[in-house]
Amino acid sequence: MRLELVKRPQRSMLFSALSPFIAFVLTIIAGAIMFALLGVNPLTAFRIYFIEPISQVWQLHELAIKAAPLILIAVGLSVCYKANIWNIGAEGQFILGGIVGSIFPVLFPQFEGPLVLPLMLLFGMIGGAAYAAIPALLKTRFNTNEILTSLMLVYVAQLFLDWLVRGPWRDPQGHGFPQTIQFNDSAILPELLPESGRANWGFVFALIAAVLIWILMSRMLKGFEVRVLGSSPRAGRFAGFGLSRMVFFAFLLSGALAGLAGISEVSGAIGQLQPVISPGYGFTAIIVAFLGRLNPLGIVAAGLVLALTYLGGEAVQSALGISDKVARVFQGMLLFFVLGCDTLIHYRIRLTGLSAPKLEAAPKLEEAR
Amino acid sequence: MSADQDGANLLEVRGLTKIFGTLTACDHVDLNIAKGEIHALLGENGAGKSTLVKMLFGSLEPNSGEIFWNGQAVRITSPGTAKKLGIGMVFQHFSLFEALTAAENIALSLDDGSPISTIAAKARALSYSYGLPLDPLSLVGDLSVGERQRIEIIRCLLQTPQLIILDEPTSVLTPQEADKLFETLERLRSEGKSILYISHRLEEVKRICDRATVLRHGKVVGHCNPRQETASSLARMMVGNEIQAVVRAPAEDIETAPVLLQIRELTRKPATPFSIPLRNINLEVRAGEVIGIAGVAGNGQGEFFESVSGEVLQQDAGSVRIRGKDAGGLTITGRRLMGAAFVPEERLGHGAAPRMKLSENLLLSRHATDGKMLVGAGGMVKSDAIYTAAQRIIKVMDVRKSAPDPEAAALSGGNLQKFIVGRELDRRPSVLVVNQPTWGVDAGAAAHIRQALIELARSGSAVLVISQDLDELFEISDAITVMHNGELSKPLPIAEATFEKIGLLMGGAEPGHAEHTLETA
Repeated sequence: MRLELVKRPQRSMLFSALSPFIAFVLTIIAGAIMFALLGVNPLTAFRIYFIEPISQVWQLHELAIKAAPLILIAVGLSVCYKANIWNIGAEGQFILGGIVGSIFPVLFPQFEGPLVLPLMLLFGMIGGAAYAAIPALLKTRFNTNEILTSLMLVYVAQLFLDWLVRGPWRDPQGHGFPQTIQFNDSAILPELLPESGRANWGFVFALIAAVLIWILMSRMLKGFEVRVLGSSPRAGRFAGFGLSRMVFFAFLLSGALAGLAGISEVSGAIGQLQPVISPGYGFTAIIVAFLGRLNPLGIVAAGLVLALTYLGGEAVQSALGISDKVARVFQGMLLFFVLGCDTLIHYRIRLTGLSAPKLEAAPKLEEAR
Repeated sequence: MSADQDGANLLEVRGLTKIFGTLTACDHVDLNIAKGEIHALLGENGAGKSTLVKMLFGSLEPNSGEIFWNGQAVRITSPGTAKKLGIGMVFQHFSLFEALTAAENIALSLDDGSPISTIAAKARALSYSYGLPLDPLSLVGDLSVGERQRIEIIRCLLQTPQLIILDEPTSVLTPQEADKLFETLERLRSEGKSILYISHRLEEVKRICDRATVLRHGKVVGHCNPRQETASSLARMMVGNEIQAVVRAPAEDIETAPVLLQIRELTRKPATPFSIPLRNINLEVRAGEVIGIAGVAGNGQGEFFESVSGEVLQQDAGSVRIRGKDAGGLTITGRRLMGAAFVPEERLGHGAAPRMKLSENLLLSRHATDGKMLVGAGGMVKSDAIYTAAQRIIKVMDVRKSAPDPEAAALSGGNLQKFIVGRELDRRPSVLVVNQPTWGVDAGAAAHIRQALIELARSGSAVLVISQDLDELFEISDAITVMHNGELSKPLPIAEATFEKIGLLMGGAEPGHAEHTLETA
């Protein structure tokens, strides 16, 4: 007995739709085993992890706060990945967006008024885009691998932020704590419905970005260009689409959205710069992008699910005393199973029994061409 | 078990049927192949030849029907099963790794753990005994297409098959190389091996095949002895009606017509270790004429096409001129906007994006030239307009498909080619450069495409056709030139050109060609 993967003649629509759900079920099963090994009743743990964090209205606001950056970053990344360009450094672009967007409230705290916030958002996007331009430039000029360069730049960004808030940008009245001054009121992203919870405009930005990117990818020539270059680069070249231009377009777009997420987080949920402004949103957004099938509307749903894993992690920590790192474990398992289940879209599984020894695997060379 | 107990048949196929969705690709096909015969399988593209062969080789499973091998009912469920039975196949598209040697490539498919040196020795012995000399230790990347085919044939023969299936084997060979192949096939026949020979070249089927089975729309329409038929009677069986012979009105006043496409001293360094440099190419194509470029595959045609189309830019802007203006520095989009159109050799992945619909593939080459019609304000694609335009091309070119707007990969090669050529003709370009216009396309559709190319030229456009099919070039060209090892010979007016002259040029006979061979190795 052995399992054999047989390539399907065309992708299976059924499994395209089912794959995220199968992955979710498998994650739950693996999660139950993990909780049982930790000595917790899995049913109790799942109630605390997945149900309780969203049982009250204010908690839904918290969910929106966590989901907003994930969705914003992931829709940008979906464009990159559709173009077969691998931006892994959204975390760094997020941080740079937060830093550059904070120039006004930190260096010019006396500058107030309705112009402050739009300028901050704009600068946040510019910061993220400029930081993303570095791996794009390295790739187009020197043919470097963008996975490595964009990833390594994340650590540069994290340390740069750390240095800023401990050094030149530290609040002089902050008793030596590594943080900037609190932003003035006109630099704070307003809450949507202050009477019921903390959710701010960042979530609206995320939804708008998702719809715009959806239109771009499905209705516009630029989106067509992205899809052609991503799926068959040679046909893209024949169409006259430039690969270098596409590398810049994808990196600048995703960088700008990650930067927008960064400054929204800093001016909304946090209100100042701190040594750490992201619990790994830029990396989790990669999972969100794939769980959402690289479709902006799917990403909105996936963003909410992944946001829940963060809230659930905090909940089990306070209620059961399990480390909130369990959230990372859930995210990792989810990505693992999503990618695994995606195999079913292009392959079907065939059980090869001992009863039919003639059915040996033939070299599939001819299909590879 | 078999209804027919005479035992002389190596392979018998009874009522083999394969259904894809609503399309019956093979409809109760019967086929008998005797021991020691060369059996031709004829049919247009989409007639079901490939489907039938894939079922015989185990890549597809039939919905119903029976296969008898030496009188025994068998189920061929995988290529491995087919090989065990003694069925070998030489594919039209080679499956060889360029960076490995011939012997290593053979070892990969034998998969029996014998050392490379043993395999190399066996392959060498076999290749010489069949008159297909091959150095098993040479890198595939350095070999010509004809030599690569030899590897495939040797690889197949090493498995000592009883039945060898050859899919369009001569499409990549010079006339002289093809003759060599025929000798080998006749030798195999005399040893009692059977050969199933798939080809659309009726003359060679008449020459070497003992019997023929003709398929049309998935059904067997007849068995015949090709030697007793004429090429046109065979074609009539395949197509179901008379094929319109291509009509080529003499081109008039060509000498005074304006030059629409001019190549001046085009030179290009090899882009990869396996590609051919272009050496000082000069060519003029005037309004109203068709110029054909002959040559064995892999002699720089692909590199030349990329340079002319603008997928690769030239340093000297004057080395490619379109309608009297320098175009060497312009991208493919810029050259299209000057009135040029291009059809590359590879359909899937170059001329068309496989996983995209036909309507989207229309947009692929036309988004700039038909910008206003297909793309609206703000870069929004007019999906209705591209759908309508795609349907118009599908109708004009008689593209056969299973859905209103299928993915390109879902079409048979010939039908996709009709769409890709139609997509460019629909623009009425003033310069058209086509690489392999009818490669793998059935006789009826090929005649349609060739006629369309001639008519485009006669209506005042310049048409440049790169092809390995000499019959085709003689049918449509006003002058023929030969590309060999990155160089282009002087165009021969069609009245002076003969198969023999062109064949010799293709082999590199012209002085000044052969001496470069070592450089490129």
